[in-house]
Amino acid sequence: MEWELKEDLRDCLVAAAPYGGPIALLKNNFRKEKSPSSRPLLEIYSASGVLLANILWKSGQVVQLGWTASEDLLCIQEDGSVLIYNLFCEFKRHFSMGNEVLQNHVLEAKVFHTEFGTGVAILTGAHRFSLTTNIDELKLRRMPEVPGLQKLPSCWAVLSRDRVTIILLAMGQDLYLLDNTSCSVVTPPGMSPHAGACVQMAVSFNYRYLALFTDTGSIWMGMSSLKEKLCEFSCDFRSPPRQMVWCTRPRSKQRAVVVAWDRRLLVAGNSKECIQFVLDEDSYLVPELDGVRVFSRSTHEFLHEIPEASEEIFKIASMAPGALLLEAQKEYEKESQKADEYLREIKDQKLLSEAVRQCIEAAGFEHEPETQKSLLRAASFGKCFLDKFPPESFVRTCRDLRVLNAIRDYQIGIPLTFAQYKQLTIEVLLDRLVLRRLYPLAIKICEYLRLSEFQGVSRVLAHWACYKVQQKDKSDEEVAHAINQKLGDTPGISYSEIAARAYECGRTELAIKLLEYEPRSGEQVPLLLKMKKSQLALNKAIESGDTDLVYTVVLHLKNELNRGAFFMTLQKQPVALSLYRQFCKHQELETLKDLYNQDDDHQELGNFHVHSSYSSEKRIEGRVAALQNAMDEYYKAKNEFAAKATEDQIKLLRAQRRLQDDLDKPYLDYSLHDTVYGLILDGKHKQAEQLYRDFRIPDRRFWWLKISALAEREDWEELEKFSKSKKSPIGYLPFVEVCMKHHNRHEAKKYAARVAPEQRVKAHILVGDLDQAADAAIEHKNENEMNLVLSKCTAVTTDSSVVEKINRAKAQILKK
Amino acid sequence: MFVPPQLPGKKDLFIEGDLMSPLDRIANVSILKQHDVDKLYKVENKPVVSTSDQLCFLVRPRIVNVKYVAGIVNADKAAGRSRKYKIIFSPQKFYTCEMVLEEEGIFGDVTCDEWAFYLLPLDDDLLSMELPEFFRDYFLEGDQRWISGVARALELLNSVFGPFTHTYGIGRCAKMVYEVWRELVEESECDGQARRPEISHVFLMDRDVDYVTALCSQVVYEGLMDDTFRIKCGSVDFGPDVTSSDRSFKVLLNSQDKVFKEIRNEHFSNVFGFLSQKARNLQAQYDRRRGMDIKQMKNFVSQELKGLKQEHRLLSLHIGACESIMKKKTKQDFQELLKTEHSLLEGFDIRESTSYIEEHIDRQVSPIESLRLMCLLSVTENGLVPKDYRSLKSQYLQSYGPEHLLTFHNLKRIGLLTEQAPGEALTAVESKVSKLVTDRAAGKLTDAFSSLARRSNFRGISKRLGLIPRVDGEYNLKMPRDMAYVFSGAYMPLSCKIMEQVLERKGWLGLEEVVRLLNGNEFAPTEPVMEENPTWEAQRVILAVFLGGCTFSEISALRFLGKEKGCKFIFLTTAITSSARMMEAMLETRV
Repeated sequence: MEWELKEDLRDCLVAAAPYGGPIALLKNNFRKEKSPSSRPLLEIYSASGVLLANILWKSGQVVQLGWTASEDLLCIQEDGSVLIYNLFCEFKRHFSMGNEVLQNHVLEAKVFHTEFGTGVAILTGAHRFSLTTNIDELKLRRMPEVPGLQKLPSCWAVLSRDRVTIILLAMGQDLYLLDNTSCSVVTPPGMSPHAGACVQMAVSFNYRYLALFTDTGSIWMGMSSLKEKLCEFSCDFRSPPRQMVWCTRPRSKQRAVVVAWDRRLLVAGNSKECIQFVLDEDSYLVPELDGVRVFSRSTHEFLHEIPEASEEIFKIASMAPGALLLEAQKEYEKESQKADEYLREIKDQKLLSEAVRQCIEAAGFEHEPETQKSLLRAASFGKCFLDKFPPESFVRTCRDLRVLNAIRDYQIGIPLTFAQYKQLTIEVLLDRLVLRRLYPLAIKICEYLRLSEFQGVSRVLAHWACYKVQQKDKSDEEVAHAINQKLGDTPGISYSEIAARAYECGRTELAIKLLEYEPRSGEQVPLLLKMKKSQLALNKAIESGDTDLVYTVVLHLKNELNRGAFFMTLQKQPVALSLYRQFCKHQELETLKDLYNQDDDHQELGNFHVHSSYSSEKRIEGRVAALQNAMDEYYKAKNEFAAKATEDQIKLLRAQRRLQDDLDKPYLDYSLHDTVYGLILDGKHKQAEQLYRDFRIPDRRFWWLKISALAEREDWEELEKFSKSKKSPIGYLPFVEVCMKHHNRHEAKKYAARVAPEQRVKAHILVGDLDQAADAAIEHKNENEMNLVLSKCTAVTTDSSVVEKINRAKAQILKK
Repeated sequence: MFVPPQLPGKKDLFIEGDLMSPLDRIANVSILKQHDVDKLYKVENKPVVSTSDQLCFLVRPRIVNVKYVAGIVNADKAAGRSRKYKIIFSPQKFYTCEMVLEEEGIFGDVTCDEWAFYLLPLDDDLLSMELPEFFRDYFLEGDQRWISGVARALELLNSVFGPFTHTYGIGRCAKMVYEVWRELVEESECDGQARRPEISHVFLMDRDVDYVTALCSQVVYEGLMDDTFRIKCGSVDFGPDVTSSDRSFKVLLNSQDKVFKEIRNEHFSNVFGFLSQKARNLQAQYDRRRGMDIKQMKNFVSQELKGLKQEHRLLSLHIGACESIMKKKTKQDFQELLKTEHSLLEGFDIRESTSYIEEHIDRQVSPIESLRLMCLLSVTENGLVPKDYRSLKSQYLQSYGPEHLLTFHNLKRIGLLTEQAPGEALTAVESKVSKLVTDRAAGKLTDAFSSLARRSNFRGISKRLGLIPRVDGEYNLKMPRDMAYVFSGAYMPLSCKIMEQVLERKGWLGLEEVVRLLNGNEFAPTEPVMEENPTWEAQRVILAVFLGGCTFSEISALRFLGKEKGCKFIFLTTAITSSARMMEAMLETRV
């Protein structure tokens, strides 16, 4: 161990995190006098004893230390408050285990890990238990009272069973199980009645097994469900042990507990025998997934069951294929022919692939690089004689071992075993390196394992940058520049995340600078909004051209600012303004009006009223009023045309209303043209004339309209009367057209004669009188017209005279 | 598929009308049934009669649609009914939608999803984003919500067929799309640089650069089809008058249709001749049957007959369509209409054209057509004379109702129907003034001018680019010599001409005056263009991007240009448009 401790471990409050995690020591905690000079000292070491950080403890009396799954240190104080520090003794936050604890104090506490996260259980001065299963989502649970519990229980433990967390406690000879609602007495099956009172208990890493140590020196081992006994061991020591922990390996049949007294370590399992070690110093046990870490002032050891593969190979005089292969390889290096003999022996049994597998597996369990190498060499030697041995396991093991050896280095100090490493996964390991601020190593590992940039290097760099922004001694420019230099445009880097961190640290200016590097506006805007830099956010959103983003900011601003300021902001940003107007058109019509009012945009206001005159207003008075408003606005906008048109519309609405009342027919909502047309169709010529005069309908339109309507009504008499009322402003060809449209050839003919000479040919053709058409054309001596008539001559027999006539005329023209 | 697994079990699907055709192209009813869609409804303002316990809505991300759903949910709540609701927004969800859900108090009751549908291939060379609302949203309302979508579509094409090395464009929207796209490219810059691009040239164009072309009556077969029958998502519904039976047919119109492939780009006057020739050939092939022995006959039946039958069916359909078009077009004096349009394009007989339009309005021929002619007059003449502006508008209001006061406002804002400034030719004044006043003030002044409705300057552009071909004698429509054939040889589509010029010059050099008249915002590749291998140059592929829609006439014109120059145009448009669609987008009507 790198540390040089003056104190005995027993004088300190100790907590060591699993998975080769850090060790926290609180010195001088137990001294009662609280003079400033002897304040407790909190120190955090790596597993190899390298000091990471220390602080003088200035808060209250600490009852228990513990590590969370994400390697934060929990300091549970007497008053029930829990302080959370990171690896570097930097305070993160605190929470409380409830108010009742304030008076009663916490007597004992335990930190435990379940699938929900890291939990804390406390025993209060009132001899009540409280716990929370996840400190990140604090939900306190007060456990039911244990009847007759007047003093501290002799021992207790937290169990997790089927996603329920329960507490097991021993009081003399009785065992109690506390769940959410009740407290029940339990007896472990097969425990002899004379076993005595339970003084120590241990729960295995995965909560499956339970061990109890009684004051008669008997150790009961069984399932934590208390339904099955595994074995019982009786030892000669009666004194309560300092620590007792399970030492098993996943998927192994062997189960054992390690019991530690001051100077003695005992390993007991399903066997009459036990293994005893003498401890030279105070030691501390850390249960791990696949064994137990034992550290003292000078050493740090790992105690575990020998894995099968290693045992097979290294057992004395082993004839297992792996052992033979290792031997063969050694002989081969000595250039001895024995190599072939060994190899032949394995091959004869057809066990070569098994041998290679054993060597690879065993290499994973070794901590010494030399042994790892010789095993791997043996494996690779054996592989040469195999046809199709998949190379993945070999390659993977080599890579993983490299990583493991690197992190086991005492300067890094994460003594992970192979099994732990696999359980932890590389991602978590990288996170832990990042937590320890070992950025270069983390990046090297990413590169070595060829992790995708997004998962690997970028993530580490981002963490580095987040750490960087917390360095308060450097100026904003310096930090921003340093970060940009290192990160550049590495894919997967989110500058906005780094900026968010900077903002959390209260460095708003730095955050803004960092955001400048963020290429995606979509990422810049939310943070800017959070920082209340809404103006900047709006600019960025507009720059991005992303309407959605602009909306996000605008609607955010709307809630943030008062109305006046909000409108003012929009004024400066036409894009945002037009978008907001669109939003209002659908969602807040009144606001839209206000917006226009503020701009003195009378034109738009006019339009607004016109729109509401036919969309929202139903009553005629309302519509007229809306149009009145529109007219006023149009006048203000100096748009006289629109004002006039609106005025006409008001007039029309009123007229239509009158007609509707008088004639009992719907006229509303028709255009002027349609209204007049409708009137004529109904024979209401007087009213039609009235509108014609009132609205100064142009003559040409009125004539067209009237003759079409009359023709549709087939009121030929009236049509003729009308045609003679005065000279038609549209000529008489339209008369022919409308008659023909309604298939009245007889009437049409009447008008054809009155058509102006230049259109007469056309009129005759329309009526179907080709003979007259030809005559007219010849009269005009117009070749085009003649050709037109010719083209209409289809029936050979009837039209032949016409054709002849025209051809003659044409010939005559040609002669001249 | 987009029907997400999160809503398993039977459900009713409500689809917005706009999305029906695109959906139909991708998934027909039976596929939907496989996904447990029980009944299909159209989203419309009617009470819902569905009895299903799960309702799924496929809509555009618009506030109205969200409010529609909110109405249903709240009605159910009032009736004490509980169902599951899911809204699928296409192509993406917008913040405002969620905001409205929240304001309506149903945020928790409804789940949302997106159907990221950006590109619909309508044909070998035609991709549509099926966003007809793009035109109104961007050009009228100034809403840029679709820009990022277009940029994303562009990036998709770039990553598959690119890299695009030569990007040209004109128009504000084009410029914006280009910039957003560049950002996307930089973000995802990784491989593919060394790849030989399938598409290297891109030309982006705003619809408002060239309104004139879109306003003209289309006379190329496919365009005319669109104007007459409305092609929806590459397919058209032929009514009984075309199919000469009592049923309506839905027909896919693309290059798979062998008959259509040959006539789609032809001037309508040629189509009939072609079809009858084709019919004769077909008859001849049928006739070969006579005098066959058994074996040949067997061969004929098994190999050729099916194809012939198919061709026969298509041929009769197209002949039917032609007849129907003829019937409709001759009735309304189509020739006279075209004549008016041509004189507007050439700038002759403006007085006469104006009174033609007036009569058009007075006789209530068609509200959309009248509006189109007014706009064409305005755009070609750089605005209407104040007197005409007023009288035409009031005539129109008298014919079609006062709510069109707002329509006119829209048209003015977008620059389709404007009033000539009293000072006559504004550009002349402008240039004079800018010479006199200091630079800064002049800058402000031009700013002020450009903030006015944009001016079309059509006459000047037309002169400079030679859009009106000088014809000696009859324009031969059978053997067209330039793109003007798509408008009977009277006018060369401006949008296509710009593309031709820029691609030929490899930039805007020499077109400065035209650019000025088009109000600028042009761009071209900044780095010097490398001299390419000329053989490759000949077979290059150009992606023509139309922001705000393109017409079939433009597509035909560019297909023709491609054939002439030995390159190929691929089209990406926000939607297929036509004069009628453009006018309808501007209309304000009672709901």
